[in-house]
Amino acid sequence: MPEESEPTCLEGNIINRDSKKIPVRITFAPVRSLDGKLLGFLETVEDTRVLQELSKKIVQAYSFGDFIARSPQMERIFQILPVIGQTHSSVLITGETGTGKDLLAEAIHQTSNRNKGPFIKVNCGALPETLLESELFGHQKGAFTGAVENKPGRFRLAHNGTLYLIEIGDLPLALQVKLLTFLDDKIIYPLGSTKGYQVDVRMIAATHRNLELMVREGLFREDLPFRLNVVRIHLPPLRERGEDIRLLLDHFFHTFTSRFGKRIRGFSNKALRILLEYQYPGNVRELRNIVEYAVNICLEEQIQPEHLPAYLTDIESWNRVESGAEHQTAPPSQTDQEDGEANLNWAAIERKMIIEALVKAKGRRSKAAALLGWGRSTLWRKMKQFGIDA
Amino acid sequence: MTRKVLIPLYGNDVAPRFDLATEVLIVSIGADDVVEDERTVVLPHASAEDLCHLILTENIGVVICGGIEEEYYRYLKWKKVTVLDSVMGPFDRVLERFEEGRLREGNILF
Repeated sequence: MPEESEPTCLEGNIINRDSKKIPVRITFAPVRSLDGKLLGFLETVEDTRVLQELSKKIVQAYSFGDFIARSPQMERIFQILPVIGQTHSSVLITGETGTGKDLLAEAIHQTSNRNKGPFIKVNCGALPETLLESELFGHQKGAFTGAVENKPGRFRLAHNGTLYLIEIGDLPLALQVKLLTFLDDKIIYPLGSTKGYQVDVRMIAATHRNLELMVREGLFREDLPFRLNVVRIHLPPLRERGEDIRLLLDHFFHTFTSRFGKRIRGFSNKALRILLEYQYPGNVRELRNIVEYAVNICLEEQIQPEHLPAYLTDIESWNRVESGAEHQTAPPSQTDQEDGEANLNWAAIERKMIIEALVKAKGRRSKAAALLGWGRSTLWRKMKQFGIDA
Repeated sequence: MTRKVLIPLYGNDVAPRFDLATEVLIVSIGADDVVEDERTVVLPHASAEDLCHLILTENIGVVICGGIEEEYYRYLKWKKVTVLDSVMGPFDRVLERFEEGRLREGNILF
C-alpha cells in the first residue's frame, strides 16, 4: 500500500481456527502523527456475516412480487398487500400510466389463496363493445350470426381465480350494468342464454382515469365505483417517490447491462443528476425505457448525458413534458390538497412530511423518525439538509 | 519407512490459505528422519480440490498448512492423511520442527 494512499476497503473472506470460511471486510488505513508523518498502517478485519444476513432481509423488504421500492408510500402498500391478498374483496387500483397497476394486480393474485387458480386479464379499452360482452360473459351457440358454438367467456375461465379488468373506465355503460349484477350475486348470464352460471371470481379493476369525475360527467355508473371500491389502492406516481428513482435506476441498469452483456460501470454524475431531476410523466415504464435506451447506446465506461434520450437533455422539451405531466396525468383519485402536493417536487414533499411528522410527534425527533419509518440519524441528516430546526 | 509431507507455500512461508496456494513443497523423509527428496510443484491455479487430488495421487502422508476449510480438512482425514493446520512460519523452520517431532497444530514459528 503506497504511503500517500487513502484508506482502502476490500471485501473477502478468511478461514478461522475452526476451519470456517468467514466473509470479511478489510480496511487498511495509514496512521499519521499530528505533523503528517506516517507512523504505520491500521488494518481492521470486520466479520460481515451479520451484515450479509441483514442485507438479504433489506432486499426482501424493498421488494414485493416484482415491485422494487423503499419510499414510505410504497412501503405502506407492501404492508397491506398480504392482508388484501387473503381477502376475497374486489380491489380497485388507481394510478397514472406506468406506475405498475398490472404488476400489483398480479402480486395480489399471487399472495392470495387463489394463486393456484387462473389469473385472467381483460383490457376493456382494447375491444369494441359488442365483442367485449361476448369476451367477458361468453355466448350461447346461435346467439348472433357467427356464434357457431358456445363460448365460456373470461368470467367463467377465471373461476376459482382472479379476473383483472384493465382500464375499467373504458367499459361501456351497458356492460357496467351487467358487471354490477355480477358483483352483486356472482352469477353471469352469457349472451343469448337464459341460464346463469355461478362463478367464484375475485375482481381486480384498474384505471388511470378519475372515476368520480366520470360519474359526475355521466360516463360511469354512479353505483359501480362503490362496489368495485371495497379495497382501493392508489399507486403514487414516480415523481412523488423520490428515493425510489435511484433504486429503480440501479435495478434496471443492472438488469439491462447483464441482459445485453455490456461492461458499463454506472451513470456519470451529470447523467445521474438529469435522471434524478426528471419528472417521469410515464413513471416506472418510462424510466425503464430510458435506462434500456442508455445502456444500448452507451459504448463508454459510464453513461453520459449524451447517451440519454434527447428529450431529457433538451431543456425546452423537458419543460414541455413537465407542464404536460401536470395537465394530463393528474392522479385520478386525489383531493385538491393532494393535487397540490403532486405539483411540488420531491424535496418539498419530503420537507413537508418531516415537518408534519415533527408536529405530530410534538418535536420529539425519535418519535417523528418512527412515524416516517426512518432511523433517527436519517431524520437528523434530512432536517439538516432542508434547514429544519425543531 | 519413507513418509511424504506436503506444505502449501507462499514465498518462503507456509501458505496462509490451503485453497489459495499456487505452490507446494513435497518432501520425502526417510526412516531415520533424514530428508531424502525435496521438490517444489507449481500449480496452474489455486484450487483446494486440485490440491486434494495431488495429495492423494502423490501418496502424501502428512499435510502441513495454514487455514484450511473444514470440508477439505475432513476429506483428507477421511483419506487417512494427517493434517497439521493453522501452522504459520517459514517452511524450513516448520519442517525442522516436524522432523524433530515437535510440530503441533496452530504453531506459530515467526
